[in-house]
Amino acid sequence: MPGSRINTSSLFKNLDWFTIILYVIMVLAGVVSIFAASYDFDQASIFSFDEFSGKQIRWILMAFFIGFVLLLFDTRMYETYAFPIYVLVTVILLITPFIAPDIKGSRSWLVFGPMSLQPAEFAKFATALALAKLFSQYGFSLNAKFSNYIRACVIILLPVCLILLQQETGSALTFLALFFVLYREGMSGLILFSVLFGVVVFVLGLKYSDTEIIGISEGKFWVFVLIMAVMSVMVIIKGNTPKRVRIAGNVIGFFAFGGAVLWILATLFSVEIPGLPIMLGMIGLATAYLLIEAIKERNYSLCIPAATALLSIVFLFSVNFAFEQLQPHQQLRIKVALGMEQDLRGAGYNVNQSKIAIGSGGLTGKGFLNGTQTKLKYVPEQHTDFIFCTIGEEEGFIGTMSVMALFLLLILRVINIAERQPTTFGRVYAYCVAAFFIFHFCINIGMVIGLCPVIGIPLPFFSYGGSSLWAFTILLFILLRIDAGRKNVLTY
Amino acid sequence: MRKDYKLEKRKYVICGFVIAIALIYAIQLFDLQINDSSYKKSADSNAFLKKTIYPSRGLIKDRNGELVVFNQPAYDVMLIPRDVKEFDTVDFCHTLNISREQLEKRFADMKDKRLNPGYSTYTPQVLMTHLSATDYGRLQEKLYRFPGFYIQKRVLRQYNYGSAANVLGNIREVNASDIERDPYFSPGDYTGDLGVEKSYDEYLRGIKGAEILIRDANGRIQGRYEDGAEDVAPVAGRDLTLSIDINLQQYAESLMVGKRGAVVAIEPETGEILCLVTSPCYDPSLLVGRQRGKNYADLAKDPAKPLFDRSIQAAYPPGSTFKPTQGLILQQENIITLGTAYPCAHGYINGGLRVGCHTHGSPLTLLPALQTSCNAFFCWGFKAMIDRRQKYGSSANAFEVWKKHLVSMGYGYRLGVDLPGESRGFIPNEAFYNKWYGEGRWSANTIISVSIGQGEILATPLQIANLAATIANRGWFITPHVVKAIQDTVMPDDYYIKRVPTVDERYYSSVAEGMRMAVTGGTCRRAALPGIEVAGKTGTAQNPHGKDHSAFMGFAPYNDPRIAVAVYVENAGFGAVYGVPIGSLVMEKYLTGEISPGRKYMEEQMLSSSLYYK
Repeated sequence: MPGSRINTSSLFKNLDWFTIILYVIMVLAGVVSIFAASYDFDQASIFSFDEFSGKQIRWILMAFFIGFVLLLFDTRMYETYAFPIYVLVTVILLITPFIAPDIKGSRSWLVFGPMSLQPAEFAKFATALALAKLFSQYGFSLNAKFSNYIRACVIILLPVCLILLQQETGSALTFLALFFVLYREGMSGLILFSVLFGVVVFVLGLKYSDTEIIGISEGKFWVFVLIMAVMSVMVIIKGNTPKRVRIAGNVIGFFAFGGAVLWILATLFSVEIPGLPIMLGMIGLATAYLLIEAIKERNYSLCIPAATALLSIVFLFSVNFAFEQLQPHQQLRIKVALGMEQDLRGAGYNVNQSKIAIGSGGLTGKGFLNGTQTKLKYVPEQHTDFIFCTIGEEEGFIGTMSVMALFLLLILRVINIAERQPTTFGRVYAYCVAAFFIFHFCINIGMVIGLCPVIGIPLPFFSYGGSSLWAFTILLFILLRIDAGRKNVLTY
Repeated sequence: MRKDYKLEKRKYVICGFVIAIALIYAIQLFDLQINDSSYKKSADSNAFLKKTIYPSRGLIKDRNGELVVFNQPAYDVMLIPRDVKEFDTVDFCHTLNISREQLEKRFADMKDKRLNPGYSTYTPQVLMTHLSATDYGRLQEKLYRFPGFYIQKRVLRQYNYGSAANVLGNIREVNASDIERDPYFSPGDYTGDLGVEKSYDEYLRGIKGAEILIRDANGRIQGRYEDGAEDVAPVAGRDLTLSIDINLQQYAESLMVGKRGAVVAIEPETGEILCLVTSPCYDPSLLVGRQRGKNYADLAKDPAKPLFDRSIQAAYPPGSTFKPTQGLILQQENIITLGTAYPCAHGYINGGLRVGCHTHGSPLTLLPALQTSCNAFFCWGFKAMIDRRQKYGSSANAFEVWKKHLVSMGYGYRLGVDLPGESRGFIPNEAFYNKWYGEGRWSANTIISVSIGQGEILATPLQIANLAATIANRGWFITPHVVKAIQDTVMPDDYYIKRVPTVDERYYSSVAEGMRMAVTGGTCRRAALPGIEVAGKTGTAQNPHGKDHSAFMGFAPYNDPRIAVAVYVENAGFGAVYGVPIGSLVMEKYLTGEISPGRKYMEEQMLSSSLYYK
């Protein structure tokens, strides 16, 4: 078979060199940052194998080798062995907690002589391959059968469960990013929208629960306003007939009029308004009206805004209930992330010190190896999860923007690669890669600059650690191999 | 493979999401790194431990080089709250000889934002001040057991003489308003309070140094920042040389024991104040160390007001010591000549008004009037000037001219002595009387008592002494000052420039002659010194507080004045009773170094007498 022989010259011609250059820049920038982050005042050399930077250089050299080897395999190999690889990794994940030593309460590291590896990281490419394989089966369409959703979800959630067993919540959560892939492959945007809307409701409802407007917490007030706004937008979208336009006008007019009356009563006449029953009542009335119109019209699409409103309200109240059920330290972490608590010695210490480190960098930073926050160990985990701090402190706004730009370029490039794949397998796999990068990028930088809760996941290519580096290298180079072979797909 | 072009559009949603997140992060990073500078400070306070090195405060010497004020070491117990770990409080209290309650109180006070606005867990805080050398030694040995605590070496003042507290002042810890006023200060610093310690604080205090140490997250010192390249060595404060003769000061203070009032002596040629005595006074070493607070409160509560510097802050009616100014003004305004005589019928009797006087010849001219301190002469002269409408237009205008002459002589405004809190005294103006009596409704007789230094006129003993110095110089003076020299610095020009009042020199000569006559054959006969020609003028000032104040103003020697003096003793009766003896003793002591045998009785009398004040 012509494809089985490796045509090295065409392979290297078809390789996406832009991505490879980005990759090399990032790992090299990463090793320099690690050197800076772990630099001690009496440290000798960036290359010293006793130091994190020296060890990272070893990991990088091996990663280059792995990447090169991955390019030598035939594209169809990955497709053929996708499920076996997935099964193999799943089995390893399953046995890991039993054979791994206990390191800081987590049994997720497999020790091979001088090396320790985290199987959870390698589950990324395996899951991506499996998901791609699933979607590439002949005639597979996500929306064709409900069972297809279940199959996709099983592939995604199986490693999540196994990794959760190893007490690695952060790594487990990264797999949720694959729902982006499902969205791209046809999952209703409503689900994605609901999730985002749910997050907004969750954050608003919790964050502003201490101040009050018209007798209810400010958070609830704004959630109610948001629900009204969403209902209004939804009825406008449905306004494709004159009757629907009238219905939309009625709903929006009702909200506007009710809001105006409440505002006048509260501000001009200082009337004490029982906010909860009135706002719930307004939403309830609008919902009832929409349902009645839907029944009269015998067209149930008007139920969607009504259902959204009801579900949102149920969600809002259950969030508060669920939050109460969390462990106190989990509540604290969420509260710190939302800026509700300033527990600077406890959960907020890391974030506060990391914000100080980044904030003290200014425009151009304090200069390479001149960061005081990171040098003096004020920021914990600075060579791993908090590596972005070192960059922020020593290279300043210019440095952080450059790193952000690198990631943005890489992610957009991977999406670009995904969309140019002729096969579903290639496209889905590429989107999986993009999804993992998106998740790591958003969560890692978000937590370091205090916008997300602290979830211990590394910044790809920058954070110290062989597993993460290798796992992302494998993800990326399999993609590059598939992409390089895309021109051959139509030849047979 | 079939391509779903509808779904392909979803890549824009995903890309849009990523770009939106990146944008939000970029805004947050901009805010953290560029907008908000507080993070920079936090990082520095995290990493750098700035230890202040206090310079030694400038020494203070008297005009003859006698060391008056010097430094003694003291030790403060400091702590950095966030570095303090659990420690054995019993051991700690025992070491410092304090009770557990005292320690807890100190911690509570330290954390109280009202008492200690500079409190921060990152910066050094003062726990206890002024440890004795023995407590210091004990604590130093055990310090390793109390992490977060350290000892800061400080400087306290020590005094060789228990006098001149009003001139010297003292030092105290800076308060919130000092820190607000002067960015040099930080909590725990010391600054001058009262006296030259306050007015020359910027010279005396020197410049603080700093040692910058690098500290890690566990509070361990990692070394010196840049190997000490950024450390700043302290600059020692500059020494002051006072114009005060500390021996004369002590002598004058001893003469004033048991009396309230002031003695001011000035070297006329230079304006240097030789002694500046207020009485009662206090030992400056009371305001040193840990007892300062309590002693200060006691002094502040004392009804005799020892903290009130009567020599420059008290405004007294100058009484007859004011008459020379009248002689000067009346001559300058051509109201009188040396030949002009006014009658005295045991007083000034005019328009139903009577200002009493004592027995002496009548009518009399200026010189005998000064010699005998005749009230009537100066009342007549004043009336002649103020009511001379054809020259001035109105009494009010005449009064303004009169007032301007006095202001030029240093009355009514602060002279500008280099000490804090100087009073300006009081010379009324036209507007004052217009308000009091109504415009055009007052004339010389209405306000006749100002002509003899009574009524509304108020002057500080310093202003009276300055008049003596001006007359001694025959018509000029230099702003009186207590500091003669600052180490490595040139004194401000103000203390070199001659100030010339608006009265001609020749009139001063005649007034000086009148004052000389008062000593040779007038009210000041007791001021006569063997072998030294003294000129003087007594004062007996009526006041609403009881017996008359006794005052004296004079200078010596007559032809080559080296000392001008003013004495003011509250409620002591005639000027000749206390003012003259004290003033003449001060002059004699300064000029000859001792008291002649014939005047020993007078010294004895003054040293031992004391007056009773309610």
